[in-house]
Amino acid sequence: MTAVPTNEGTRTVRPLLQVRHLRVEFESRRGKLVALDDVSFDIAPGEILGVVGESGAGKSLTGSAIIGLLDPPGRITAGEIVFDGRRIDNLPFEEMRRVRGRQIGAIFQDPLTSLNPLYTVGRQLTETILAHLPVNPQQARARAIRLLQETGIPAAQARIDQYPHQFSGGMRQRVVIALALAAEPRLIVADEPTTALDVSIQAQIIALLKRLCRDHGAAVMLVTHDMGVIAETCDRVAVMYAGRIVEIGPVQSVIHHPSHPYTAGLMGSIPSMDTDRERLLQIDGAMPRLNAIPSGCAFHPRCPKAFERCLTERPDLMSAGPTRAACWLTSATARAGT
Amino acid sequence: MSAVPPVEPPLVRVFDLAKTFDVSAPWLARVIERRPVQHVHAVDGVSFSITRGKTLALVGESGCGKSTVARLLVGLLRATRGRVEFDGIDAAVTLRSASALALRRRMQMIFQDPYASLNPRWTVADIVGEPIREHHLVSPEPDGSNRSVRLATRERVEELLRSVGLAATDALKFPHQFSGGQRQRISIARALATQPEFLVCDEPTSALDVSVQAQVLNIMKDLQRTRGLTYLFISHNLAVVRHVSDQVGVMYLGRLVELADKGELFARPRHPYTRMLLDAIPDIGMSGRARTPVQGEVPNPLSPPGGCAFHPRCPHANERCRQQRPALLALPGGAVACHAVEEGRL
Amino acid sequence: MTSTMASAPPGAWARFFDGDVWHSFRSSPVAIAAAAIALVCVFCAVFAGVIAPHNPFDLATLELSDSMLPPAWMAGGRWTYVLGTDEQGRDVLSALMYGARISLLIGGASVLVSTVVGVGLGLVSGYAGGAVDAFIMRVCDVMLSFPSILIALLIAGVGRALFPQAHDSLAFGVLILAIALPGWVQYARTVRGSTLVERNKEYVQAARVVGVPTLRIMRRHVLPNVLGPVLVLATIHLAVAIQTEATLSFLGVGVSPTSPSLGTFINEGNKQLFSGAWWLVIFPGSMLLLIALSMNLFGDWLRDALNPRLR
Repeated sequence: MTAVPTNEGTRTVRPLLQVRHLRVEFESRRGKLVALDDVSFDIAPGEILGVVGESGAGKSLTGSAIIGLLDPPGRITAGEIVFDGRRIDNLPFEEMRRVRGRQIGAIFQDPLTSLNPLYTVGRQLTETILAHLPVNPQQARARAIRLLQETGIPAAQARIDQYPHQFSGGMRQRVVIALALAAEPRLIVADEPTTALDVSIQAQIIALLKRLCRDHGAAVMLVTHDMGVIAETCDRVAVMYAGRIVEIGPVQSVIHHPSHPYTAGLMGSIPSMDTDRERLLQIDGAMPRLNAIPSGCAFHPRCPKAFERCLTERPDLMSAGPTRAACWLTSATARAGT
Repeated sequence: MSAVPPVEPPLVRVFDLAKTFDVSAPWLARVIERRPVQHVHAVDGVSFSITRGKTLALVGESGCGKSTVARLLVGLLRATRGRVEFDGIDAAVTLRSASALALRRRMQMIFQDPYASLNPRWTVADIVGEPIREHHLVSPEPDGSNRSVRLATRERVEELLRSVGLAATDALKFPHQFSGGQRQRISIARALATQPEFLVCDEPTSALDVSVQAQVLNIMKDLQRTRGLTYLFISHNLAVVRHVSDQVGVMYLGRLVELADKGELFARPRHPYTRMLLDAIPDIGMSGRARTPVQGEVPNPLSPPGGCAFHPRCPHANERCRQQRPALLALPGGAVACHAVEEGRL
Repeated sequence: MTSTMASAPPGAWARFFDGDVWHSFRSSPVAIAAAAIALVCVFCAVFAGVIAPHNPFDLATLELSDSMLPPAWMAGGRWTYVLGTDEQGRDVLSALMYGARISLLIGGASVLVSTVVGVGLGLVSGYAGGAVDAFIMRVCDVMLSFPSILIALLIAGVGRALFPQAHDSLAFGVLILAIALPGWVQYARTVRGSTLVERNKEYVQAARVVGVPTLRIMRRHVLPNVLGPVLVLATIHLAVAIQTEATLSFLGVGVSPTSPSLGTFINEGNKQLFSGAWWLVIFPGSMLLLIALSMNLFGDWLRDALNPRLR
């Protein structure tokens, strides 16, 4: 166990996933659109990292890039993704397929389309297990039943031979989680896993996800727009805006003491259950479209605290107390010694 | 139904509203395969009233019937049972009579999907101007020319757009040139065109980003204050409901299980479902608190449980709950439909 | 009292030429070629009276001595009759242009009738639902169970039997009806499907809440949004209609011989085939093929260009 300097200071263990200066571009007939711009972060083994942002911020794209499921014409044009010490962004298709199933699992938003409606649940599970683990079919089936039981599906022995349409929405999502964990991955990328579910089911599913990932020792990258889910589930959170990470740090620090004005605005605009306000804080304007990203700091047109430097120079993530924020304000205060 | 009797009659009163959908298979299939006739009781006996200038929020999960209630109120659906009274007038009867248009002027609706609620081939000016034209709200100048009516309509449209925070130049654009939040504002402008007294809002911010949602909610609250609007606000998001409402009704499988003033409901929820809902929500302010785990899922509306619809998931259910459907009981501070509360077990 | 109204944004044409559809057109050589060929054929047909070198129907100008001449580049051909002449001395090239005019006229009219009837019924069927919808759809099913040629033959035959002495305009009418009748069904079904989708969209519900009467909703809200696929259908249907007319004329139940279409020419040329006058069949046949092919290709491209997934 070596001491390796990472984004968050030194750790005694190598980070499971390292994303370095990732850049994803789309070719369109109106020119080149930069969807992800210099995105860097780490995920430690067993950690739950939340990636939060509004529509168009690029959070789903980050997840897709890591799993290797970027839809063309999007492609990675710069940067690297290092998984367990090995670069995975430039792997040939066959290699990536092996890594994707075995080491990285995925959970998507819509449980209806995540499962093949023509195969039984058991078949899909055992297929995945057999593809990646050195077991025989009987062992695979026993394992699949155990997984279903772990995800809280009653009468797993009987239900394993049912088809996806015979399960309800929440149950289906549990099956999807079981499928993601089937090959014992080290990292799970979950893209809006609870958005399509009812509120009371959401709570069940995120509790399940948290518990199972702890039990199986898998790290999670949880992509969502729902800050409440992040608050309940994650250890750290990265806030994205216009294809960049604007703040990253421990969950409670980012939520209660945000350094970046966008994060502060976001937190202020969420109606909360325990505070009563007459007006919600609102950030005027809207997230810029990909073909009209402002120069310098992408947030400056909407920022109440922007000054000249913000218009011309793009800030990198800088230390701001317990979190890191991409904001010139933090460096100013740091320099002022406050 | 608050503890203090209202000083004036409520603007909207709903009595035992019900809507049943026939979801049976087509006649031929039914005859050949001997399938039974199937009904969904989307709304099953709902009663409430809304005071003028206030906001009643209806909250619940999928399949609880809140969107159906919204559509019943504005006449998009015909009720199977029950009565809707608007300012003392029977709404269903009026909407089928010659004075339907006059009633429609007084109540309007805002929808959930900002991308489907505006005709993609019409300009914003046409969209917002349609109610004005339909109701002949702009009287022609003495010279009676068409041109003056058009100009006056355009001016009203621009004024409405400004009132929701958009620019007059936006009138000539098409919906696809706007973001989700802006489109929702256009919907609000259209709804306000006839200067209605009552607005039914069906999940108006559910499809919007959080920061955009804040903008729209602020606008809606401002408009309510300046124009004295009455809102029926449908949502599944309890935090949003807490922010906008004065009174809250909780629905489950087509029935109203609790109805109370906002402060009461959130401070002292009585019905077990309300408690479960409040407990279950992931919330940024209250993370890490101890919770009772939520059990089960919403049952299939085609075969709802007998007696109290909630009893399979309720930790306090007894034999009576399985047999007898609880009535909405008025209690100090609100109304609850629960045997356990009535019997003092809760 | 006048408000400062904004200057109009780019007009409809400017928007069209900046849009994805025009861009897709420009980058597709097939589409450009197909459109060009179709345009040339239509141009020839419309201005046949002006640009045709001869008038094959003016009996005074015909010279029997010039009959059965081969095309100009072959031995015995003459450049005044570029593509040769038939047994009556009629210039093949001119006949092609006049024939194309009849074919396109009948084809176009049939498509128009089909479209109006089909879109109208589809709109009513989709919006009204219930028994009306079921009835119209069953009618469609019944019509689809007959081959369209059979229906066309039936109507043309019945028409002929009822009005044996009919002059051209009636014959045209019957023929147009015969081709249009099997054709409206696909429009109705397509429009019905789109109407069902649009009817449940919230902008239609908003219009209902505002109090707009049903017919106006159908006409002003739903109709513009369901016409997209109709355009594609109409383009391809035009090719089919022209071919159907040609088939009927070939079989002898189409247009009267006094106003021959391409099909009539093919029919007559067919009879002359064994005498070695191949140009009397090949050229009308190729013209027909060219029109039908270019319409089909254009329709194909249009379907892809209007695909919302690519927008």
